[in-house]
Amino acid sequence: MSDVTETIPQDSPEQGRKKSDGKIRAADGTSLKRSLNRALRRQKLRALILIAPLLIFVLVTFIAPIADMLFRSVENQIVAQTLPRTTDALADWEAASGQAPGAPVYKALYEDIFIAQERKLHTRLGSRLNYELTGASSLFRKSGRGVGDMGEVYQDQFEDFDDFWKMGENWNAFLGSDEWLAEIQAWDKASGDDQPAFEMRDGMEELFPQTAAKYEIFADFVQYEDEDNLYKEDPWALIYSSFYDDLTGPTATQIAAYDGPAAAQIKAATAAAADFETVDYAAAFADVDKDWAETPIWETIQTYSGPFTNGYFLNAVDMQKSPDGAELRPENQRVYGTLFLRTLFMSLMITGSCILLGYPVAWLLANLPARTANLLMILVLLPFWTSLLVRTSAWKVMLQQQGVINDTLVWLGIVDNFNRLALINNQTGTIIAMTHILLPFMILPLYSVMATIPPAFLRAAKSLGATNWTAFWRVYFPQSVPGIGAGSILVFILSIGYYITPEIVGGTTGTFISNRIAYHISSSLNWGLAAALGAILLAVVLALYWAYDKIVGIDNVKLGG
Amino acid sequence: MTALTPISRTPVSFYASVVAAAGALAGLFVGTAQGSGLLGIIVGAIAMGALAFVLTQVIKAEKPGIWGSVVLLAVIGFLLGGIPALVIGALFGWFFAWFSFWLYEGRYRRKLPPYLTPGQVLWHFVFRVICGAILVFLITPILVVMPLSFNAENFFTFTPEMLRFDPAGYSLKHYRAFFNSSDWQNALRNSVMIAPAATLLSVGFGTLAAIGLSQPHVPFRRAIMAILISPMIVPLIISAAGMYFFYSRIGLQGTYIGVVLAHAALGIPFVIITVTATLVGFDRSLTRAAANMGASPIRTFFKVQMPLILPGVISGGLFAFITSFDEVVVVLFVGSAGQKTLPWQMFIGLREQISPTILAVATLLVVISVMLLTTLELLRRRSERLRGMSPS
Repeated sequence: MSDVTETIPQDSPEQGRKKSDGKIRAADGTSLKRSLNRALRRQKLRALILIAPLLIFVLVTFIAPIADMLFRSVENQIVAQTLPRTTDALADWEAASGQAPGAPVYKALYEDIFIAQERKLHTRLGSRLNYELTGASSLFRKSGRGVGDMGEVYQDQFEDFDDFWKMGENWNAFLGSDEWLAEIQAWDKASGDDQPAFEMRDGMEELFPQTAAKYEIFADFVQYEDEDNLYKEDPWALIYSSFYDDLTGPTATQIAAYDGPAAAQIKAATAAAADFETVDYAAAFADVDKDWAETPIWETIQTYSGPFTNGYFLNAVDMQKSPDGAELRPENQRVYGTLFLRTLFMSLMITGSCILLGYPVAWLLANLPARTANLLMILVLLPFWTSLLVRTSAWKVMLQQQGVINDTLVWLGIVDNFNRLALINNQTGTIIAMTHILLPFMILPLYSVMATIPPAFLRAAKSLGATNWTAFWRVYFPQSVPGIGAGSILVFILSIGYYITPEIVGGTTGTFISNRIAYHISSSLNWGLAAALGAILLAVVLALYWAYDKIVGIDNVKLGG
Repeated sequence: MTALTPISRTPVSFYASVVAAAGALAGLFVGTAQGSGLLGIIVGAIAMGALAFVLTQVIKAEKPGIWGSVVLLAVIGFLLGGIPALVIGALFGWFFAWFSFWLYEGRYRRKLPPYLTPGQVLWHFVFRVICGAILVFLITPILVVMPLSFNAENFFTFTPEMLRFDPAGYSLKHYRAFFNSSDWQNALRNSVMIAPAATLLSVGFGTLAAIGLSQPHVPFRRAIMAILISPMIVPLIISAAGMYFFYSRIGLQGTYIGVVLAHAALGIPFVIITVTATLVGFDRSLTRAAANMGASPIRTFFKVQMPLILPGVISGGLFAFITSFDEVVVVLFVGSAGQKTLPWQMFIGLREQISPTILAVATLLVVISVMLLTTLELLRRRSERLRGMSPS
C-alpha cells in the first residue's frame, strides 16, 4: 500500500545522514533499514493487539466448538473405557474362527459389566453399540441385571460360611491401611470435611491382586460418586468373586503365610473356598442372553475397541465395517446417500430458480433510472430484512391445503375444490419457500455486477448489426457471469445447510441433511453420527467457500445496501 | 435519451384490439370464477374493446373518461357481487381507461428509443410485466401476513367476512393473545435481553478488530479474516451442533451467557464486514493531522475517527442485532426452556400448535424490520455525505 511511504517520516524523521561507512542512518544513529524494520514491527504488533481480543473470542466461542464436533465424529473411547478388561482379553481373539471367545474373556466381561452397571454406564455403552449392531442395547440392559446374580453366588457362600464377611467394617479393617482406618473412624460427615481418601494396606496388592484392584474401584466409587461413608459400606458382590479368585489363585501359597488382621478368618475361608460352588461365566452369560454365545456381539466389541473410529463416517456414507474392511450396507438400510443427493439436487434446483427469477429483476434494477431503481430495491430489501420465521410462516399459511394460494386457485376455477394442490410438506413447498427466502442473495450480487456494465456496449453491438439475442448473449451475458457465479455460490452455500424452512414446510420428502443432523442430536442421541454428517457437510461448504473466495474474494462480500 | 421519440395517436384498430385482448384475459379469470371461462373471454373482449372505443372517440377528454369508467365498472361490480366486486370493478375501470388512453395517445413509446421495432416494444413491456410478477412474488408473502393477522377467526386464510370488508371479520384478538400470553411475553423478554447483549459484544470486539485489520501491515491478514468471517459461512446447523457439544462440556449449555456468546459469535462477521468497508474510505491523513495538533491517540479515535466511521459501526450493529434477534437454530440447541426467544416460540408454534398469534407476531416483526431498513438507509446516506466531504 502507498501508506508505507507515508508513515516512514512519522517514525524516523528525515534526519538520516550519511556516515563514513556509506549507510543511511536515522537520527539516533541506528541504520535506517533497522529503524524502518522496527517501526514496521511496532505497527504489526499494534494491529495484532487490536485484533487479538476478537480473534480469541471467536476461537473460543466458535472455532473450538467446530473442532469439538470434528473430534466427536471420530472419537470412540466409550467402549475401551467401559469394558477395559474385556477389550484387553479380546485382543487375541480371531473373529474368523467362528467360535465364541474363551472363559477369561467372559470373566473379564463379568467384571466390566458389574462395575459399569454400578456406575450406570452399561446402558450408555449399549446404546452406543446399538448403532453398530441392532439388539446391543437390550443385551446390555439384560446383562446389567444378570451380573448381580453371578456375583451373589460367591457372596452368599462367603457370608453363609462366616458372618465376619458380611460387614463393610471388617473388609476395611482387613484391606485399609492403619492410618486411613484411624482417619476414617475419626471423620464426621456432619463436619463438612472431605472424607479421607482410601489407602490400601501395604502388601495387599501382591497378596490379593484381584481383590485389591476391585476394592480400589469400589472405594473410589463409594467415596466420590455415591459420596457415602466407605467405612460402613458393604462391598459389592464383585469383591467376593475376586476374593474367591485370589484365595484359589496363584497367590494361594503366600496367602497361607499371611498373618495380618483377619488372618484367622482368611485361613478358614481359604479352606472352605476349595469346596465352594463355582460360576461358569460363559454359561451364565449365555443364560442371560444367547447372543453372548455367538460371535456378532464380540466382533462388534472388538472392532470398536480402539479410541478412534471411522465407523461414524462409514455410517454417514451408508457403509459399515465388516471383517473384510468397509462395505456398503444392505440396500434397505441406505439412507444418507439418498439424503445427500436430495440435498444437492434441491439446492441446485433452488439455485437454478433463483438465477431464473433473479436475473431479470437485477437487469431491470441496473438499467432503470436511479430513483425508480431505489424504489424497486425496497421490494427486494424488505424480504431480505424480514425475519426468516416471518417469511416461513407466511409460506406455511399460503401453501396449505386450505391456504391462500389454493383458495385463490379454487376460486378462479383452475383447481377443483376436491383436488387441491399439495404444495406443502413436500419438495415443492421447500423449493418455493427457499427460493423466495434466498432470492435477495442472488439479486444483490447480480445487481452490483450489472450496475458496472456500461449500457453503451449493448447499443454498440446492436448498431454493428447484432440482433437483440446476439447482443445479449455475446456481449452482455459474459460480463454478468461473475455476478451469477457469486450469487449462485452464495445461494448454494446457504441452501445446502438450511434447517428451519425445510423443517417447517418440507414434511418428510422435502427435508435436508441438516434436518437429519438435528434429529440425531436431539432425538436419537447418536451424536457421533450427527458430528460425522456435519463434518461432511462442512467439508462441502468449505470447498464452496474456497471457490467463492477465488471467484469473488471474501473482502468483496456486500450486505444489501 | 428520454422523450426523444416523437409520439402520435395510434389507429383505432390497434389500441381497441389490444385493450380487447387484455379484457379477454381479465374476462377469463372472472369468467372461470363465475363458472364459464369462454363466456368471460367473449364478454370481456367485447366490453373492454367497446369501452376503449367510446372513451377515445366519443368522450375524448381523458380525466372525465377515466373517472367515468371507474364509477361505471364499480357500480356494475357492486350490482353483481357486492363490496368486494366493487373494489375489483373500480380497479378494472381505472386500469382499462388508463390503458386505452396510454395506447391511444402513443405514450407507451415515449421513453423508448425511436428505432425499436414493434416486436421489440412488445418484448420491452412483456419483460417489465415478468419482472413485476417476480417482485410481486417477493413481496406477497409479507403483505398477505398483515391482513390475515387481523382475522377474527382462527383461520389462516381470508374468511368470506374479510373479503366482504365486513368489520365483524376483523379483530385484534391475536394481538391481544400475544400481549396476554405469558409464553409469548417471556419469549419477547428473552429476545430483548439476549439480542442487545450479543450486539454489544460483537460491536465492541468487532470494531476494534476491524480497525486493526485495516492497518496497512497486518501479518496473516487473510487467515485471520477467514477465521473471523467463518461464523457467517458455516451452516447454522453445524455451528449449533458444535456449540451444543462444546458448551455442554464447559457447562454453558442452557445458560443465558452461553446463548449470548453464541449469538455474538454469529454477529461478528457482519460487524467486521461493514466496519472494514467504512474504513476503506477513511482518510488516514485526518488522524495524522489530529496527532500533529497534539491529540492523544485515544482522543483522536473518539473525536476524529469514531464520528466518521460511526454509520458503519451502527449498521454493523444493526446487522448483528437482527442476526441475534432472528436466530433460531443455535438458540434451539444452545439454549434451554429458560432462554426461549421470540423466533423459537414462533418455531414451536409453526411446528406443533399452529395458532394465528404467530401472524400477529410476524406483522409486528415486519414493522420492526421496516424501521431497521429505514434507519440503515438513512445511515448509508449520511455516510456517503460524510465521505463526500473528506478527500479520497
